[in-house]
Amino acid sequence: MDAESKISPADSRKYTEAALTLESVSKGFRAGGRTAQALERVSLAVKRGIVTGLIGPDGAGKTTLMRLVAGLLAPDEGKIVVLGIDALSQPQHVQSIIGYMPQRFGLYEDLSVQENLDLYADLHAVAPVDRSSRYSDLMRMTGLTPFTTRLAGRLSGGMKQKLGLACALVGSPPLLLLDEPTVGVDPVSRRELWAIIHRLVEERGATVLLSTAYLDEAERCTEVILMHSGKLLGQDDPAAFTRRIAGRTFQIFAPGISKRVLQERVSQAAGVLDAIIQGSRVRVVTEQPVAPTAAALTTDNWEVTITPVAPRFEDSFVSLLKGAGHFAQASPIRAANASPGASAATAADVIVVRNLSRRFGEFYAVRDVSFTVRRGEIFGLLGANGAGKSTTFRMLCGLLPASEGTLQVAGLDLRHAAAQARGHVGYMAQKFSLYGDLSVLQNLCFFSSAYGLKARHQRERLDWALDEFELRPFADATSRDLPLGFKQRLALAVALMHEPDILFLDEPTSGVDPLGRREFWRRINALAQSGITVMVTTHFMEEAEYCDRLVIMAQGRILAEGTSEEMRARFRSDTLPNPTMEDAFVALITGVENRQAGAAA
Amino acid sequence: MLHRVFALVIKELLALLKDPKSRLVLIGPPIFQLVVFGYGATYDLNHVPFAVYNEDPSQPSRELVARFEGAPAFQEVARIHSDAEVAWLINRGQALMVLHIDRRFSRDLLHGASGRVQFILDGRNSNTALLVLGYANTIVADFDSWWASRHGWSNPPATLDIRARFNENLESRWFIIPGVAALLTEVVGLLVTALSVAREREAGTFDQLLITPMRPIDILLGKSIPGLLIGSLEATLTFAVAVLWFGVPLQGGLVPLYLGLFLFLLSVVGIGLMVSSLSVTQQQALLGAFLFLVPSVILSGFATPIANMPVLVQYLTYINPMRYFLVVVRGVFLEGASTYSLVSQYWPMMIIGAATLAMAGWLFRRRLY
Amino acid sequence: MNREQIMRLRGLLRKESLQIVRDPSSIAIAFVMPVVLLLIFGYGVSLDAKRVPLALVIEQPNDDTASFAAGFFQSPYFVPVRFATVQEADAAMETRLVDGIVWLRSDFSRQMLSEGNAPIGLIVNGVDANNARLIEGYLQQVWADWLAKFAATQGLSLKIPVQVDVRVWFNPAVMSKDFLVPGLIAVIMTLTGALLTAMVVAREWERGTMEALLVTPAGIYEIILSKLLPYFVLGMGGMLLSVAMAVWLFEVPLRGSLWLLLASSSAFLLCALGMGLLISTVSKNQFVAGEIAILVTYLPAFILSGFVFDIRSMPAAVRLITHIVAARYFVTILQSVFLAGNVWPVVLPNILGLVFLAAIFLGLAYRSARKSLE
Repeated sequence: MDAESKISPADSRKYTEAALTLESVSKGFRAGGRTAQALERVSLAVKRGIVTGLIGPDGAGKTTLMRLVAGLLAPDEGKIVVLGIDALSQPQHVQSIIGYMPQRFGLYEDLSVQENLDLYADLHAVAPVDRSSRYSDLMRMTGLTPFTTRLAGRLSGGMKQKLGLACALVGSPPLLLLDEPTVGVDPVSRRELWAIIHRLVEERGATVLLSTAYLDEAERCTEVILMHSGKLLGQDDPAAFTRRIAGRTFQIFAPGISKRVLQERVSQAAGVLDAIIQGSRVRVVTEQPVAPTAAALTTDNWEVTITPVAPRFEDSFVSLLKGAGHFAQASPIRAANASPGASAATAADVIVVRNLSRRFGEFYAVRDVSFTVRRGEIFGLLGANGAGKSTTFRMLCGLLPASEGTLQVAGLDLRHAAAQARGHVGYMAQKFSLYGDLSVLQNLCFFSSAYGLKARHQRERLDWALDEFELRPFADATSRDLPLGFKQRLALAVALMHEPDILFLDEPTSGVDPLGRREFWRRINALAQSGITVMVTTHFMEEAEYCDRLVIMAQGRILAEGTSEEMRARFRSDTLPNPTMEDAFVALITGVENRQAGAAA
Repeated sequence: MLHRVFALVIKELLALLKDPKSRLVLIGPPIFQLVVFGYGATYDLNHVPFAVYNEDPSQPSRELVARFEGAPAFQEVARIHSDAEVAWLINRGQALMVLHIDRRFSRDLLHGASGRVQFILDGRNSNTALLVLGYANTIVADFDSWWASRHGWSNPPATLDIRARFNENLESRWFIIPGVAALLTEVVGLLVTALSVAREREAGTFDQLLITPMRPIDILLGKSIPGLLIGSLEATLTFAVAVLWFGVPLQGGLVPLYLGLFLFLLSVVGIGLMVSSLSVTQQQALLGAFLFLVPSVILSGFATPIANMPVLVQYLTYINPMRYFLVVVRGVFLEGASTYSLVSQYWPMMIIGAATLAMAGWLFRRRLY
Repeated sequence: MNREQIMRLRGLLRKESLQIVRDPSSIAIAFVMPVVLLLIFGYGVSLDAKRVPLALVIEQPNDDTASFAAGFFQSPYFVPVRFATVQEADAAMETRLVDGIVWLRSDFSRQMLSEGNAPIGLIVNGVDANNARLIEGYLQQVWADWLAKFAATQGLSLKIPVQVDVRVWFNPAVMSKDFLVPGLIAVIMTLTGALLTAMVVAREWERGTMEALLVTPAGIYEIILSKLLPYFVLGMGGMLLSVAMAVWLFEVPLRGSLWLLLASSSAFLLCALGMGLLISTVSKNQFVAGEIAILVTYLPAFILSGFVFDIRSMPAAVRLITHIVAARYFVTILQSVFLAGNVWPVVLPNILGLVFLAAIFLGLAYRSARKSLE
């Protein structure tokens, strides 16, 4: 009551018009001796009855903001009003009317779907008479009706997220906070989740605040709040963001020139903010709304066609960040490895997989998989969670013996010469998996010794790694405390210390912001050009474009193999004249599921 | 080859010492155990509270009571005058013993007959009761010989002449503290190794390690040497504290002691690595280490003798390396045992060490995935 | 409590019970762990020296020495082994084949018959001081029995100035298991109780379910209550199982009332569960919670509770520390209720101590849970 009296009558209209208001809110966390500023004087208002997207890379402060709004944290300064209630003085009151779905939603995996719903209905004190209608409503909306008796732990990742959403909705909250609901969810389920959210807003008039690290999801929101390292970059409708860079986006095509070479050159050109590979072309964002000339782009006399294209949200995000001077232009990347063996590139098959299977008990995680990778290729392994790509990857690295089939890496059979084959391979694991307690230099030292590097050669490689990856200023820093982008550089440096012929990358860019991803892929491109074979798994569909060839896996089998152009071409239709890699992926997966459903019926 | 193992050892040591949590594991329990065991774990009794129920106020009975009062082991807390008070005091635990002197005590004595005395003891802690009884019997025996010689009574045909070897004053601290050294070595050696592989598995660094050309044997070596180093360091520290702070005599030489320590650590490290390669998470490793630690301490003779256990349980103790090392430590510290006399303790540890390390190496290769 | 609160609490309790039923780990901690530990400890820990190997050195055997030696062969406490010389016996003691030596010199009989006071040499291995004292006690008994028998056969009246009559109350046979097993229950239940709550609450933090609970209208005290009640029931189940094992398997007499035992067990369980809750809200990680629980409950309960080592023997500073060890109060209660009966003057202050400690642990757990997301 005390808090409500703080809100003057004049203000009260402002607060009731918006579902949520933040006024110069700051929040810092103390870790060790210093304070990390998670939010810096953020002011914003979220409108009622629409989907507002909170968008920014990892570490932007999205989760902190969500927790502040939910009353789980108290801000250092500033004011938060949720549906007319002061979140600071009455967190319990706020919590009783909002719905909140944390990043890893607290489902009880050993409880069934129905039991989870019952628990949250009890906690929100939903009257027993209302329950049955509300349950059936929620189950229909999320498509979970056939699974009510299944344990939550047995649901797929996408279904878990839907159940989490249903649990957050059981109290019929007028405001719903969703913290990265689509992270780790395959593209098919992601589309379904979005459909549920939109239906919620249309049918019930609910207000949704949703955070995401996927930039392509911005276009699905009515309004977008853009954040970066604790600061608010802008708030507008997504089209407004793309309008700002109208006329600055182009596609460049140079027949006969490798798309990677083209991208590398173009990205160095003056006036170009951003250059990424898209299909067989290179997509460019320029500083000025003027089409670049062929001469400005390359010094070589290539035959170049430049066509303007419609801007995307990601283009505007990158240009906003680069324009704001958050990132210095990356220095050119030298040809990384000049090992003579690698440069004498022949088109030999470096990785040969024949009829590979892996059984766990009766269950086939990988079944009858065959493919070959040629020297100097970037080869992609795509698939939803549980498709068998990690298992395949672990077998290739020699971490897991195959049940059936043959595996050859660098001409060596993994069954007989595992240790020797491993000497040719560099490996970068999914999450940051170096020794967090050790310093950057200690990590480099240890792994180079583990690969048998000694004395002068070891010192040379250490110097190379510190210079090449610009890690020298951090040499003595504890690697756990490094910013994510630097951790990733360190991991790559470690994988390259012993000058391997083959590089395995397991989801190398998950959690890395778009700029970091760009820098990373430029390095990988340079490596591939110097003759190193790169094998990569990823769930970012647009990254498939960087691969020379790729396979898409589902349920342990290979669904499709080829170049990204071939894949997209297969699904070109009148309704979808220009399908993205994600469209192709979704069509492939649903095709399989439909066929199975048909077989079962 | 050796170069790689060496690099792994350095890395293990750095990781252990840099992580505040594992530093805590290495420093916390040893200090805690030394203090608590050193001061808390003792069977020696001082100031046993006792009450006097003297129904015969006479010179001989006062002499007997005076001997109890004068003994450092006893402290008089009450003088009582009725049977009811005995129950009151004993039930509440206010007195551990009541010395009840019969009404006819001095009369009987002066008539050349035995005077009667009753000890009433609180048996809730039977060990304490037995110790108190032992002290009381000694005082009575002293009184007996004093009275006999003073009043010209004939000597008993034979008397006991008791001496204790190796620990003349029967200080239980001398027994417990060398045991603490063994216990500590086991705890540290086990935790360092049991958690090492599991921690890497959890952090995902184990894959990174396995992908290098290192062979399982290299990794095994690199993982066991830090356990051996840290275990011996901690043991040395405890030995020093035992001698310098608690004044436990070190009768024997360092060779038999450290030979035993090395073999013991070998078997402990083997067990630790076995636990580690069997577990996927640190939690499982911790639970596994604990599951081994508890019975191994109980069934080692650390607090209570192995000889008192049922025969079947005694057989079980033969696979417990702690059992052998306790004999070595106590033997060297208190008895001055030689290397030769301890051979019977060395070889079982050697076999356990070889078996567990081999097993760990095998499991390690099995559980690579 | 209003209708909404009851509904919330009911929901939480149902959830907790379902989880207990479906996840075997908490049932294992509550029932399997006490049984296994009680078996290991119950059979492994004993202070009754039995079948002590003893060297007998009789330099000149005759009838007198034979009757003396017979006492050892009949005693259940000793396994005598004959040695010809004291040097050989010495060597046997050094290699730990025997724990003591009884030595009758060649002039034993002559001296015994002439002036008396013939010395019986007795050397015990003093390394294990406690055991050595117990062996001495048993030897004195054998000696006294022999003296009486000797006097009777010679028709002498043996005159000893003081004749002692020993009464050991509560445990007349002085069996160590009768005092160790009740204490063990306290040690084991400290570990069990703390582990139960420490692991389950830390699990909620780890899986992110706690964050979801905290944003619901459920208050902290409701969440704490919903954790306390089901695990209290489980803990009491484990407790009863241990008591049943003590009474029927280890045959420890239960002289006090079962109700008093249950009442004090409840107070104790609240303490142990509260400690577990506190540990888990501070650590929020199952691994760290488990590590701390083992460290701060097991060892102190083992050493500082008076379970084996008498608290009265400890220095004053250590005695002071024992007052924050919950097991200390419970060991005292259990030893009294099992062996002595309902001794209110002992039980009451100790129950009060337990209630006080429980209040402190639960209060601290409540406080640290409130500001835990920071």
